[in-house]
This record gives sequence, C-alpha cells and structure tokens, in this order.
Amino acid sequence: MQGFTESLVLGAGGLNIGDMIIQLVFFLILLALLGKFAWGPLMNMMKEREDYVANEINTAEKSREEAQLMQREASEELKKTRQDAQKIIEDARKTAGQQERDIIESARAESERMKESARQEIEQEKEKAVQVLKDQVASMSVMIASKVIEKELSEKDQEKLIHQYIDEAGEER
Amino acid sequence: MNRLNHEAPMWNDAFGISWLDFNLSNVLMMFVASLIVFILGVAATRNMKRFPTGFQNFMEWLIDFIKGIIGSNMDWRTGRLFLPLGLTLFAYIFVANMLGVVTNGVVGHELWWKSPTADPGITLTLATLVVVLSHYYGVKLKGGKEYSKGFIRPLPFLLPFKIIEEFSNTLTLGLRLYGNIYAGEILLSLLVTMAAGGVGGFLGASLPMIAWMGFSTFIGFIQAFIFVMLTMVYMSHKVSDDH
Repeated sequence: MQGFTESLVLGAGGLNIGDMIIQLVFFLILLALLGKFAWGPLMNMMKEREDYVANEINTAEKSREEAQLMQREASEELKKTRQDAQKIIEDARKTAGQQERDIIESARAESERMKESARQEIEQEKEKAVQVLKDQVASMSVMIASKVIEKELSEKDQEKLIHQYIDEAGEER
Repeated sequence: MNRLNHEAPMWNDAFGISWLDFNLSNVLMMFVASLIVFILGVAATRNMKRFPTGFQNFMEWLIDFIKGIIGSNMDWRTGRLFLPLGLTLFAYIFVANMLGVVTNGVVGHELWWKSPTADPGITLTLATLVVVLSHYYGVKLKGGKEYSKGFIRPLPFLLPFKIIEEFSNTLTLGLRLYGNIYAGEILLSLLVTMAAGGVGGFLGASLPMIAWMGFSTFIGFIQAFIFVMLTMVYMSHKVSDDH
C-alpha cells in the first residue's frame, strides 16, 4: 500500500536522475535538429513570403502612384491644350476684329480724302470759270465802251448795240 | 509498484553508479515522442511552397500560434529568439501528452507505453531547463548588473521572495504538467481495468472512457499551451525592460 501511495505522489517512485539526464539530452538534441531542419526553413519561407508580399504591395503602390501621376499630367496637358486652343481662337478673333476696324477706318479715310479732293477740284473749277467770265465781261465792257465812243450812238442805237453785243457774247459762249 | 499493479521497467544503479537510475519506459517514450515530433517537423517542411498547402499551412498556423503567445508577453524583437524553443516545447509536450491518451501499453507486469510527461522527473527537467534558460538570457540580454537588480526590484526586501519564487516557479511549472497528465492516465487506467473486468464493466466504462479521452486530449493541448505560455512569462520577467 505504501508503494501505491508513493507512486501516486511521485509517479514511478521517485525522481530518476538517469531519466532527467536523458530528457535533457533528448530535448536539446530535438531543439537543435528541429531548429535546423524544420523551424529554420519554415520561418525562412514565411519571411520570404512576407517579403514577397510586402514587395508586391510596394510595387503595386508605386505603379498606382505612377499611374495617378501620369493621369494628372495627361489631364493637365489636356487642360493646357484646351487653353491654348481657346487662346488661339481668341487671338484670331481679336486680330480679325482689329483688321476689320482697320479696313473700315482706312476706307472711311479714303472716301473722306476723295470727297475732299473732289470738293477742292469743284472749287477750283468754279473759281476758274468765274475768272474767265470776269475777264470776258471786262474785255466786252472795254469793247462796248470803245464802240460807244467811236460812233456816238443814240440812246436807241446804244441800247440796240448793247443787246447786240450781249447776244453776241451769248452766242460766243 | 506503479499505476495499479503495473511496475516500471527500472534499471537501477546503471553502470554501477549508485545514484543513476533509469526508468526504461520513460527513456523509450521520450525517444518515441522526440522521434514523432522530429518526423512531423521535417515532413511538414519538405516541399515548402510560397503558397502553402496542407500540412505546411498547419505548421505555419502553429508558428503563428506560438508567435502570439510570445508576442503577448514581450517585445517581438527579443521574443523572436525564443520562437524555436517555444515551438519545440509545445510540439514535444503536446505529442508526449497525446502518447499516453492514445494508449497505455503494458508488457508483462511492466508499464512501457505511457506519457513521458506523466513522470515528475521529466517535467521538472523541462521546467528547470526553462528557468535556467531564462536566467541565462536575462544575463545575456540585459547584462549582469541589470539582471541582478531584477532581484531587488521594486523593493530590496523582496530579495528572499524573489529567490524563492525562482524555485517555486520551477516546481509549479513542472508539477502542474505532471499532475495533469498523470491524473489523466490514472483515470484512464482505472477505466481500462474496469472495462476489462467484465461485460457490465465494459459497457459501463466505455462511454466515460471515450469522454475522458477527449477531455485528456483537451488537457494535453491546454497543458502544452500553459507550459509554453508560462515559459514565455518567466522569460519576459528576465529579459524585458518594463518589469
């Protein structure tokens, strides 16, 4: 009965130094072997996978950023192009307007000038005509006077004569 | 006398050395447990792939499991050092516990096949190894001065208690495992004896035996988990800065 009690208290009836040594040696050997053949490779593989995944994520992130950048660039480019086109159209419109104004302006100036020159010409012609008339009237007067003096005509004849000359003058014209 | 009329296959006074005794059953079972763990470990890590399948998945789950235990106790930078130890301890203890649950083998009157962890000497050896390692790493990682200061922290008069604690830690760590597994085996042997007693005994014992085997499996897992958990707790007391 004492043996049974003892076995309940301490299992195989006490601590066996031999078992302890063997356990220690076995465990240390197991630790070393598993570390070398099982845990080491397994953990390396897990580390490798971790690196791989991290790498993939990094790459994906980078290419996403790149794509975003490129998209932004492209949209900027598009915006700039649109602005350029707008500016070109605006410029063209402005130039056209300017040209239109210029043409109108120059046409108006030209017509003004032509009008002016025509008026001047008319004025000149008029003056010339008046001058001619004046000259003729003067010479005719002189002629009439000399005739009057020459003949000493009666009032009736004088009048007749004047009319005659005047008529002559008119004919001459 | 051991385990209800079964004797342990003892080899006393080996090589004529008076204090050197072997329980050959323990030696055998330690060897078997170590071999199984080794074969499983190596088998699981052959043909490793980046995309794990089958057994490799399980082993990676195990690694994450032990990582979790370590991570809950200390900084992973120092904890990484103890991952192989934790893994090996867990695997070995779990397999050792299971060996006794699956069956107890008796040859003649000698009990050959059992859990090696149902022997206090073996569990205490593992516990001592763990505690000694914790002291070793305490000195190695924090330096002798910091390590010594750990004994008088937070108050100097705690020194004797701290020293006692180291021994009590060792004892409780080892004996908790031993007690749980040994009790499980005792009850299993009792149920087996009962079942072998006759038809009524067989019918009466088979159902509790199935239940108890399931429970023992659970206990075996939990005890392996607790052993590793406490190992890491003791380690962290010695190597962490915040304690």
